Amino acid sequence: MTTPLLTVRSVKTFYGRVMALKGVDLDVNEGEIVTLIGANGAGKSTLMMTVCGNPRAREGMIDFAGQNITRMPTHEIARLKLAQSPEGRRIFSRMTVLENLQMGATTADPSHFKRDLDRVLTLFPRLQQRISQRGGTLSGGEQQMLAIARALMAQPRLLLLDEPSLGLAPLVVRQIFDAIKTLNAEDGLTVFLVEQNAYHALKLAHRGYVMVNGFITMSGTGHELLERPEIKSAYLEGGRH
Amino acid sequence: MASGAPAKRVDAVRALRDAGVTALLTFGLFLPLIGFQTVTDVRNDLILNTRWPLLFAVVALVGFSRLAYSFAIEPWLQNRALKPAVEPAAWRGKVARWIIPFAIGFVVAYPAIVLATAGFGRAVKWIDNFGIQVLIYVMLGWGLNIVVGLAGLLDLGYVAFYAVGAYSYALLAKTFGFSFWILLPLAGTLASFWGILLGFPVLRLRGDYLAIVTLAFGEIIRIVLINWVDLTNGYAGITSIPRPTFFGIPFNADDDGFAAVFGLEYSPIYRTIFLYYLILALAFLTAFVTMRLRRLPVGRAWEALREDEIACRSLGINTTNTKLTAFAMGAMFAGFAGSFFAARQGFISPDSFTFLESATILSIVVLGGMGSQIGVAIAAVVMIGGTEIMRELDFLKLVFGSTFDPTQYRMLLFGLAMVLIMIWRPRGLITTRQPSVVLKERKAIASDLVKEGHG
Ligand SMILES: Nc1ncnc2c1ncn2[C@@H]1O[C@H](COP(=O)(O)OP(=O)(O)OP(=O)(O)O)[C@@H](O)[C@H]1O
Ligand SMILES: [Mg+2]
Repeated sequence: MTTPLLTVRSVKTFYGRVMALKGVDLDVNEGEIVTLIGANGAGKSTLMMTVCGNPRAREGMIDFAGQNITRMPTHEIARLKLAQSPEGRRIFSRMTVLENLQMGATTADPSHFKRDLDRVLTLFPRLQQRISQRGGTLSGGEQQMLAIARALMAQPRLLLLDEPSLGLAPLVVRQIFDAIKTLNAEDGLTVFLVEQNAYHALKLAHRGYVMVNGFITMSGTGHELLERPEIKSAYLEGGRH
Repeated sequence: MASGAPAKRVDAVRALRDAGVTALLTFGLFLPLIGFQTVTDVRNDLILNTRWPLLFAVVALVGFSRLAYSFAIEPWLQNRALKPAVEPAAWRGKVARWIIPFAIGFVVAYPAIVLATAGFGRAVKWIDNFGIQVLIYVMLGWGLNIVVGLAGLLDLGYVAFYAVGAYSYALLAKTFGFSFWILLPLAGTLASFWGILLGFPVLRLRGDYLAIVTLAFGEIIRIVLINWVDLTNGYAGITSIPRPTFFGIPFNADDDGFAAVFGLEYSPIYRTIFLYYLILALAFLTAFVTMRLRRLPVGRAWEALREDEIACRSLGINTTNTKLTAFAMGAMFAGFAGSFFAARQGFISPDSFTFLESATILSIVVLGGMGSQIGVAIAAVVMIGGTEIMRELDFLKLVFGSTFDPTQYRMLLFGLAMVLIMIWRPRGLITTRQPSVVLKERKAIASDLVKEGHG
């Protein structure tokens, strides 16, 4: 087997003196959708941010596309085509949808801008309608689409998505998950997805990890994890429909 | 509240009570300040005078203002808050389209208009005190707008870079005799160098903390200028700074002076007009460069930085460089303005670079509406032009007596204007942000694509 696109090895991350990640190991292979599930405060977002170098891992090693990125500044990591749609979306609220997308393309090859723009607007037609509206005036779901679209404009090799379904109606969640599936199937995009919506995420993903209190406690294919009784009781009760 | 709530009736009892309380407070406050006055008579004895009529006039004025506020302004503000935001009317768009070419035409023709209306003798005053003065602040406002309005870095020490520009020009011109045209870019470069120097330590600061550090920086520069007497001549300032020439031709009464060369009768107005167009060109340069930069990645990064720094970094923007370029660009234009200021005055001293200057420039940016160049220009005209016009209101002497000096009330009116603008437009005069890019072709999207997806 070839080496994974993203390798995380015994990574420990601290907030001050509090250890949020207590030695995390995880791989994401090229072309995969990998999901990370876990309770609130488990450290999922911290892992996403650590991969992007903000905050830095205090111990351990992170490799991306054959490069050691553990000590790299965030903006240089982004230039290696690792894009993130962060927790809380963080879109530029006074700028228009188009400007937001343009900001996403900062590290991308400018000659492909038009093509990439068309691509994300086909994926999220709602954004096409809102193209000159200010980001802050979009609905929550539209903002989430914009956050994903903006990350896609960077032509990423790996897309990190932190809770894309947060606060969205089931229908919109479905749209977003469909979009992720399309991107993976048609463009071969590698996706690393953090989700509370464990059932949907595990159905969608090739593989999954479970995080508890800063440790990875379980891993396996999506189907395997869905069948595990611990997962069923802890993450799926009542969530299935 | 669904059926468009009717404006609340004004509670007359409450309004009267408020006015009474306000008048009472005013009375208590102004009794020692206005009510009593001590004067010394010929024998040098202190005599206590009372000024009841004046005191009661003030109390009545304040009381009635409060009443007017309760009956007129408050309901108006409430009504406005209840009304849904309306789309700007079509005529506004038309006005907006024509206002800029008109304004540009006006400022270009301004000296001619003044000459035609005010005559040769008085024109110097109007072009210099009014035109040039306002344009300096327009330029400074536009420069600070890059730092505060676009990049969102609150800078309270902007005048420091203005000072660096002015002293760079003054010292280099006097010591080495370089011409204005060489020193102008040099002063800008030096100022932007200082901008970067300030930028480094404050990279990690935002908002209030950044404001305090930049405030301190402005004071440091001023105090160094005061105390480094060997270099700057301290409080006394630098005198007889060389004036700019018209491409080598000086503006004086000599045989090789501007007037003689062009066969004109000597008059100081030629230099004033030249200086006017010089600062106009510098201001246009500032506006033009800012407009271009906004469309370039660095300008977009400034604006994105104002919104969300973490998002910027995760999109691959080097936020360190972005902040430093904002500081450097802003400082560079202040440096240009500073060297123009020194060349125009012929004299500079630390008095011209106090915190009040920074505060004035910042007010112009905030009142104009952060980030809006037109708003900043309007605010500069209103604030600076308005206070300059105060000097001209001689008719007020008829009302308040011949000892009345309207210029002493400039700051009071300045403050009043600021309060009023902030009540009327809390986010500045012009709040709409012009997108830096719009999609040219509007693509028609098939309606089935727009519908919500069904799984
Ligand atoms: N900036 C910070 N400073 C201090 N502690 C933090 C910070 N950010 C996160 N933490 C702590 O680190 C732990 C992990 O937080 P994290 O945001 O990674 O959780 P999460 O798994 O993403 O949770 P959720 O599902 O609620 O988003 C939590 O205990 C949190 O309180
Ligand atoms: Mg989280």
